[in-house]
Amino acid sequence: MTHISVKVDGTTYEDDVEPRLLLVHYLRDRLGLTGTPIGCDTSNCGACTVELDGISVKSCSVLAVQADGGEVTTVEGLAQDGELTTLQRAFHEKHALQCGYCTPGMLMAARDLLREHPHPTTDEIRHAIEGNLCRCTGYQNIVRAVQAASEEEVPA
Amino acid sequence: MTDQAVEPEVGRARPRKEDARLITGQTNWTDNISVNGLLHLAILRSPMAHARITRVDVAPALERPGVIAAFSGADLAEGLGSLPCAWPVTEDIVLPDHPPIAVDEVRHAGDPVAVVVARDRYTAADAVEAVEVDYEPLPPVLDLEAALTDDSPLVHSDKGTNRCYVWPLKTGEDFDSVRQRAEVTVKRRYHQQRLIPNAMEPRAVVVTPLASSGEYTLYSSTQIPHIVRVMMAVVTGIPEHKIRVIAPDVGGGFGSKLQVCGEEAIALAVARRIGRPVKWTESRSESYLATHHGRGMIQDIEIAANRDGKLLGLKVDLLADMGAYLMLVTPGIPILGAFMYPAIYKMDSYDFTCTGVFTTRTPTDAYRGAGRPEATYAIERIMDELAVELGLDPVELRRRNWIGHEEFPYTSIAGLTYDSGNYEAATEKALALFDYDKLRAEQADRNHRGDAVRLGIGVSTYTEMCGLAPSRVLRDLRYAAGGWEAASIRMLPTGKVEVVTGTSPHGQGHVTCWSQIAADVLGVPFEDVEVVHGDTRAAPQGMDTYGSRSLVVGGTAVHHAAQKVVDKARKVAAHLLEASENDLEFTNGVFSVKGSPDARKTIQEIAFETFSSHDLPDGMEPTINAEYLIDPDNFSYPHGTHLCAVEVDTETGQSRIRSYVCVDDVGKVVNPMIVEGQVHGGLAQGIAQALYEEAVYDDEGNLVSGTMVDYLVPSAADLPDFVTERTETPATSNPLGVKGVGEAGTIASTPAVVNAIVDALRPLGVEDVRMPCTPERVWRAVREARR
Repeated sequence: MTHISVKVDGTTYEDDVEPRLLLVHYLRDRLGLTGTPIGCDTSNCGACTVELDGISVKSCSVLAVQADGGEVTTVEGLAQDGELTTLQRAFHEKHALQCGYCTPGMLMAARDLLREHPHPTTDEIRHAIEGNLCRCTGYQNIVRAVQAASEEEVPA
Repeated sequence: MTDQAVEPEVGRARPRKEDARLITGQTNWTDNISVNGLLHLAILRSPMAHARITRVDVAPALERPGVIAAFSGADLAEGLGSLPCAWPVTEDIVLPDHPPIAVDEVRHAGDPVAVVVARDRYTAADAVEAVEVDYEPLPPVLDLEAALTDDSPLVHSDKGTNRCYVWPLKTGEDFDSVRQRAEVTVKRRYHQQRLIPNAMEPRAVVVTPLASSGEYTLYSSTQIPHIVRVMMAVVTGIPEHKIRVIAPDVGGGFGSKLQVCGEEAIALAVARRIGRPVKWTESRSESYLATHHGRGMIQDIEIAANRDGKLLGLKVDLLADMGAYLMLVTPGIPILGAFMYPAIYKMDSYDFTCTGVFTTRTPTDAYRGAGRPEATYAIERIMDELAVELGLDPVELRRRNWIGHEEFPYTSIAGLTYDSGNYEAATEKALALFDYDKLRAEQADRNHRGDAVRLGIGVSTYTEMCGLAPSRVLRDLRYAAGGWEAASIRMLPTGKVEVVTGTSPHGQGHVTCWSQIAADVLGVPFEDVEVVHGDTRAAPQGMDTYGSRSLVVGGTAVHHAAQKVVDKARKVAAHLLEASENDLEFTNGVFSVKGSPDARKTIQEIAFETFSSHDLPDGMEPTINAEYLIDPDNFSYPHGTHLCAVEVDTETGQSRIRSYVCVDDVGKVVNPMIVEGQVHGGLAQGIAQALYEEAVYDDEGNLVSGTMVDYLVPSAADLPDFVTERTETPATSNPLGVKGVGEAGTIASTPAVVNAIVDALRPLGVEDVRMPCTPERVWRAVREARR
């Protein structure tokens, strides 16, 4: 067991974990933060994408011990005091989700994109989220939503 | 409340009520569920396609710390029946035994062999590796044609054959005589590759037992909680009234969760045995082996016509890969397609035969479109081949054969009565949006110049039967269940409304759409309606969600139930206003007396008056709540025209969709934004079949495309923007005028894309490219043709 200290969505947690424990299982099974789902076992689908120390990572490909001393933001930490982010609102308004399983990862990946490129082209959006798979929407409305959010004054 | 006209809810692009939870992570996926003492299951699966099990020893797993129990198939066999097939399509169909966990023989890679129960998922995953199994290999059965020969090894040796069934449908003139009088015949063989459905949420099951009363709650990532409940009672022997099935948030289905799963039965059996709550969640790679696949057919199709393009007849011989076992509706999937090969065309003769074949692969079953995409692919591909043979433009050939808008209702050669449609209007609109003539000119120019990048144009005009289904038709097709749907409406004392539906959404937006339907009929605000679903205790009656049935059947039930509420409320209002029912008007949720506009009661007031019941009409049952079960009279028949332009690089084999235009007619639309989303997603999956996806097996029966690394689910970068428009020809078979939409995009798009690729390469001598049209396949096709 290894002792770790991780700040997740603003709260600091200290835990003893198996060195092999994946960050996503730490979030889901130990902290009960089930907003971040798991869609595959080969890091292809991106459903589990979270932010770790300012960059988006697939939390199935990070060990919990690697997050020691770090700061994690999940989909559950996006809205503040019930106020949705611009991206969350855009996903709702543009119908960018159907079953919603990929949505947490999509939101985190799109957030990362808009931080790096506040005004991406649709082509840039499509390539930026290509590591996040959606089976419901055909992506068109996700691209629209990200673009709409990028046109707002305070994106992401 | 005012008497001013309120904009109807139906037809509005309402953002969804469902979204708030999903965009904030406040979700309730089955794997999120945790209860005290929850244990985790891991299932050991066969690494071989076909083998006799000679020994299973779970003892080494049991020795590990944290392992509570472990069972072989034999250990669990008592009290665990065969998994059901609800669609035995012929009287003499071969129905093999299907134990949820294999006892003496495994018949596909991924067949369950043992199950381990441990305190957490990591311990369970480790321990399952320790289970020892000895296998005696048996020969795999993989080739559909060879499987039917006398000397083929057998998937089910006790059955003496790999032929599951032969299902014929012959209508109109005899095809042989049509063939003789035809001026042209074209015959082709098409391959429907196996597809893996890939709902983003892998399947998961949680069972919580209440040992003292023998009650079980089964949470499952399923499309069909009601059917699962009935079938689990049959499979496990637990009385039906002691089983509650809950479909919490479900992350996509596409048919893959229209299933009664072995894992559901295993979890129930284990929970019953050990008396503790258990959870099973499949990994993606496990899902590829264990969740049913779709498609998997060889299609021999022959079309007969006159030189002027008039179709005379169609002959279809299908070989359909059942896989190793018959799952819930496995044999029926190709039969759903059987009625769709004649599509939108008039002809004199139709001769269809499907032969179901057992193989040692993962079972097939419903995948988005289920039989109808396969049918549409074959007919739309061969229509293009016939057009070439006749020297006709493919759109013109279709125009000469389709059913005219003035001919509806029209009974097709396959025996379906299409209630409505306007193929001319959809096609004209699509051609204009696509700029068809201009693209044809560019294509000719590129061909003339011998450009390395060719342009191809693909046409697909389709209809489909959906909205399953009239129960009597299902009886005639030997499907075990009915096709009705239930809705009930509860008017709460404060005037708020609960709609209880028997449909079970997993992304379709039923909560939003049913709210729109109920709000219009009841005259209450959209926001005041809540929709309850997916729990056999809270929504006890239903036939669930599949086959683009939810709106057409379930939404119609909501509409009728709401009408019943209004009818009951009218009696109360008449009593309270001391007027005759006939003198009451009901507008925007307000009952008023004709000529005395001040004498009025809102439906919310009536709800409270009924709750208090202090002053109801004599003898009236003190409720205005209502339930309605509907059995539809007919299927619904959406249709449309899809046009695809593809640039094909003849040197690299790379295909790029340059534009995709579709005009679909799904009748009246409840929520245009949701309809558009359904079309987008459907297109993506149909295009994925054309270009990207295939479940590949090696000669030993191993699934080579066994992970998401090897199976190409398209990303945003792999798909184009779509132009999606509609025409609106209301269905006449339901009061809302609606048709199904969930499968339309998938059904139409695959042939549009492949027709475009073949069209691009035809000047080079290419007549077909087998799906998926990968760069390698396209490149090889060009090379072969040049030889």
